[in-house]
Amino acid sequence: MLEVRGLTKSFGALRATDGIDLDVREGETHAVIGPNGAGKTTFISQLAGNLLPDSGSVRFAGNDITRLSAPRRARMGLARSFQITSIYPEFNALDNVALAVQAHCGHSFRFWKPARGDRSLAEPAERVLQEVGLTDRRTVLAANLSHGEQRQLEVAMALATNPRLLLLDEPMAGMGTDESQRMIALLSRLKKTKTMILIEHDMDAVFRLADRISVLVYGRVIATGSPEAIRANEEVRRAYLGAD
Amino acid sequence: MRSRLILWAIAVALLVALPPVMTALGQTFYIDLVRRIMILAIAAVSLNLILGYGGMVSFGHAAYLGIGAYAVGILAFYGVTSGWLQWALAVGASAIVAALIGAVSIRTSGIYFIMITLAFTQMLYYLGISLEEFGGDDGMRLKAKSQFSGLIDLGNPVSFYYLALALLLLAVLLVYRIVNSRFGMVLRAAKSNEARTRAIGFAPYPYRLAAFVIAGAMCGLAGALYANHTNYIVPGLMSWQQSGDIMFMVILGGMASTAGPVLGTFALLFVEELLKGWTEHWQVILGPLLVLSVIFFRRGLAGIFYKPDA
Repeated sequence: MLEVRGLTKSFGALRATDGIDLDVREGETHAVIGPNGAGKTTFISQLAGNLLPDSGSVRFAGNDITRLSAPRRARMGLARSFQITSIYPEFNALDNVALAVQAHCGHSFRFWKPARGDRSLAEPAERVLQEVGLTDRRTVLAANLSHGEQRQLEVAMALATNPRLLLLDEPMAGMGTDESQRMIALLSRLKKTKTMILIEHDMDAVFRLADRISVLVYGRVIATGSPEAIRANEEVRRAYLGAD
Repeated sequence: MRSRLILWAIAVALLVALPPVMTALGQTFYIDLVRRIMILAIAAVSLNLILGYGGMVSFGHAAYLGIGAYAVGILAFYGVTSGWLQWALAVGASAIVAALIGAVSIRTSGIYFIMITLAFTQMLYYLGISLEEFGGDDGMRLKAKSQFSGLIDLGNPVSFYYLALALLLLAVLLVYRIVNSRFGMVLRAAKSNEARTRAIGFAPYPYRLAAFVIAGAMCGLAGALYANHTNYIVPGLMSWQQSGDIMFMVILGGMASTAGPVLGTFALLFVEELLKGWTEHWQVILGPLLVLSVIFFRRGLAGIFYKPDA
């Protein structure tokens, strides 16, 4: 599904990602973990097309997408969520999701018919809101949702594009325990039908959700494998998990 | 929603009733004043599409007012008095120039966008000054008002008034429909959060450019009306002060609201007219008044009547 080869990006003297190789298989949930500053967000930004790599390549579903823009990748089925909540605060929850639906039903050079009354946008959007558990909050301005609900909305917007691959950048960031548990439950439901790359600090979540884990340290993948293999890996324990 | 429609109905009724009432009172000056206000309100409504809803702070919107006016004036100069042709040229030329200016400037953002739109309009302003044949700095007299196959006589102040009113309402309706359409949702989304908009699959550029062209074309029509209103076309129509005035009408009235730019134009030009009657130093009073209004009406005058929705 996704093949990353030799992905390298430098900011001045700092090599944020340094020759990353990574494969994501159809249907798996692939977690990427690593200490702060390991290059996780730089990596996901290169996958989503917000940053172009200095060298290396990204192939997605058989196509070379290394140089494609973010909107082009999104339309091909690569959806991302952001570590720092990125929604439309002055639109309500339903509008937020309906916009994501709209992005994937043809061009939007339609100037006359009201978008809000359009059932072909509202119905899929309602379904996604139901899926993430925000149905009761659909008419609330996104700015007035709680932090946890905004994180759910963030995932809903990615889902609404009907993606082939979900890139989730710390979906649990800044969440309380209850909210985290709800998000983990949501992601465990999603993982049955979706292919996902999950970047996350919450190790509990990572070990419960991931089929495979890649460990990123100083911009390099030092290990990839099943959760058990990663837990047992000496190098990973030294570099990151800590000997406990 | 319903209360807004009632407010609109009252406003339109007042505007429709104004000419007969003012004629009866012998105050025909007000017919002229309100006609001028309505024409400039079309310019403000068009700017609101890109400034209020699109987040594009164009400091050069007067360019299209000037292009529209010169299109009418130049054709009339060469003896082409057909309003159909003149106004089609006004709108078409404005759209083409907006496409060229937009294609370059929309690649930038923030202060650069403001400066580039200003620079392009200054170029057009100096072009207007350098056109000796068309009066240069002094401008040119409009040889004859636009002719519409006898359908409407712009020489009749009241007929012209109602045409301006009808076109203003049409412009308001058009922008209202556009900003609530799929296209408008993308435009507003790109203003609200560009990174998110790209991430869900929209490249904002073509949408912004299309909005820029629509706004330019609409303002070009206002320019064609304005030339017929004043019977005189001057390069000053394209000056940065004029651009600033239009921008201020939008901000004063309330950006990203349907009625805002119309309210703003009425408020600004009425107060200006009032102060001019008192003192020749009216700008000394108008300036602080504008500052106060921006401080106290954060959502513009339209914010008094309703909360702007998203």
